[in-house]
Amino acid sequence: MAIRSRWRPTTRAAAVAAVAVLSFTTACAGAGGGGGGDAGAVTIATVANPQMEDIEKLTREFEKDHPDTKVRFVTLPENELRDRVTQDIATKGGQYDIVTIGTYETPIWAKNGWLANLDDRASKGDYDVGDLLTPVREALSYQDNLYAVPFYGESSFLMYRKDLFDKAGLTMPEKPTWEQVAGFAKKLHDPKHKLSGICLRGLPGWGEVLAPLNTVILTHGGQWYDENWNAKLTSPETKQAVQFYVDLVRDYGEPGAPNAGFSECLTATGQGNAAMWYDATVAASLLEDPKTSKVAGKMGYVPAPVAKTENSGWLWAWSLAIPETSKKQDAAWEFVSWATSKKYHKLVGEKLGWSRVPPGARQSTYDLPEYQKAAGAFAGPTLESIENVNVKQPGMHPQPWVGVQYVAIPEFQDLGTKVSQEISAAIAGRQTVDEALTKAQRYAEATAKEGDYQK
Amino acid sequence: MSTLTASPPAATPPAARRQARRRRIRHVRPGDVGIGVLAWVVGIVFFFPVLWMFLTGFKQEAQASTDPPTFVFTPTFEQYAAILERNFAPYFINSLTASVMSTIFVIALATPAAYALSLARIPRWRDSLFFFISTRMMPAVAIILPLYLIAKNVGMLDNVTFLALMYTAMNLPIAVWMIRSFLLELPKEVLEASRMDGAGLFTEIRSIILPMIAPGLAATSLICFIFAWNEFFFAVSLTATQAATVPVFLVGFITSEGLFWARLSAASTMAALPVILAGWAAQKWLVRGLSLGAVK
Repeated sequence: MAIRSRWRPTTRAAAVAAVAVLSFTTACAGAGGGGGGDAGAVTIATVANPQMEDIEKLTREFEKDHPDTKVRFVTLPENELRDRVTQDIATKGGQYDIVTIGTYETPIWAKNGWLANLDDRASKGDYDVGDLLTPVREALSYQDNLYAVPFYGESSFLMYRKDLFDKAGLTMPEKPTWEQVAGFAKKLHDPKHKLSGICLRGLPGWGEVLAPLNTVILTHGGQWYDENWNAKLTSPETKQAVQFYVDLVRDYGEPGAPNAGFSECLTATGQGNAAMWYDATVAASLLEDPKTSKVAGKMGYVPAPVAKTENSGWLWAWSLAIPETSKKQDAAWEFVSWATSKKYHKLVGEKLGWSRVPPGARQSTYDLPEYQKAAGAFAGPTLESIENVNVKQPGMHPQPWVGVQYVAIPEFQDLGTKVSQEISAAIAGRQTVDEALTKAQRYAEATAKEGDYQK
Repeated sequence: MSTLTASPPAATPPAARRQARRRRIRHVRPGDVGIGVLAWVVGIVFFFPVLWMFLTGFKQEAQASTDPPTFVFTPTFEQYAAILERNFAPYFINSLTASVMSTIFVIALATPAAYALSLARIPRWRDSLFFFISTRMMPAVAIILPLYLIAKNVGMLDNVTFLALMYTAMNLPIAVWMIRSFLLELPKEVLEASRMDGAGLFTEIRSIILPMIAPGLAATSLICFIFAWNEFFFAVSLTATQAATVPVFLVGFITSEGLFWARLSAASTMAALPVILAGWAAQKWLVRGLSLGAVK
């Protein structure tokens, strides 16, 4: 101690100086190119999904063809992305030239005047806007104008283990009903051998449990709101549907269902612990990847099970839009049109593999022989599911918004989260379905009133 | 960790003390064993998640999400390769810049403030102290919108320096309180003696106070560094492409479509490494520094 203290002031001064120099140099390195000096750079905010990673890799090809445009990526998980982008656009921050949004946000943001109208741009040149799948295009339009273009789209369908069905002597009908699915689940459920009859989401979140549940509600003739924004969550049809879903997942679903979302069901099914799984069509390409899945080649795919309606799949498309605040809208469109073009789909196929081509966006993708070969197991059912979606009236009753598994109002993020928590609690057995729906109805009524939706 | 064997009271005669020591050497008391085992259990419980993260980073995605968990596997560097492919360096440099810069600012500002509030005792020092800590009472989310607008209007959105300023403001109250507690521990006699010898304020601070509280300053710096390094909310809200930090890079692996545990674990290991190294390097000072305010 005593020996050291003589040296301390000098060594410390040297250390401080060293750190100061270091921080100054790193500060310069970090700030290099900052402060809006990037005249030719477009910034894109994207969601952290595999398809987006692919585009990040292939952007070099775009930059080769467009030497004056550099593309910078901000990659965030779904919820952070939504918060971050909303904050920036609502305050006119103008940090992003391209944003990745879903079918839920597009009409709401278009109505707020936050997004650039893409109608003119998309109908010019060889973009071929007519090749975009119709339900997806409708979902991305507001007052018949296109405000976002699909990067990839999805519906929902039922995935099942062909080998287990064969072994049990069961046959999956081409268009199953929920009644039949419940019967299969009962027969195949075998918790002793770590096999659940079906995997269904139970995790709270409007994008989690509510997505599959809402399609079940719609096909049973239930609904969230009628045409005049009267909440209908305690109607007999809605109650019956929710009761059915909760019973099914409680009786023959995966263990830990109240905490299971897409990822958990993907793991369960991929590891061979679920005989059926009703979820997004994009799951198929993950289940068919032998690197991450033990059930590749053993899966069969049929349309979303129904009750009273003809079809019941949901519709979602991760899409690219250009905020009105962007000062580089032309450069942004260059990138957006490239990323959603036929050319890009071919590029992904050639460079990264045909099974990784973005699904559910363009009709022409499904005509490519290479894609048909690589994605044969699920390409057909995916396309069929998407094409059969009626986004304007997915259920038995007319609804005052466009969209299937959500209510396209800004308040739905909050309302949906609260309702999903009640449903999840019912799945966990902490309350009855009636109790959950009574509360949900109250939330929904309050939302309609506070948002001034009722005329 | 300090040893928990109680030393015999000073009043015991030397012979008895020696005997007691001999007894301790000969057979370990069951209580000691129990405490030793408990310490190990607690240590393992705290260390296991870190170890698990480290191991998971070397797995394939499918192995990382099995139930029951996979313990035996062939390690792969695939995940690390994928992370480096995503250009980790700029995020790392931004994090380092923001953390180091803010820590320097904090220490430079907090030390004189703490001096004024402890040894110099300015008027109304209690109110000032309370004011400092009160700035931590409002959650950051409540002020993010005004902050965002200010940053936008002064052209400092997506800027590392602005982030460093935020972290300085965030850590300053803690640092003031911590350094103040270290200063209060200083023996008054030493300060008085130095003044008697004619040391001025500057000499007193530089030659007497700073060397004595150096371990405390090291501990404070490390804590500020860790808080700044791990901070996510400001980083995700105020940056885009130029100034994004490591935590923002990390969440970019959390996907809603597919498995990501292995890659996230590998990225987290890389992110945690600098802090672990810094902590390890400062270990000796840290233990002294952290106990400085509490042990007389």
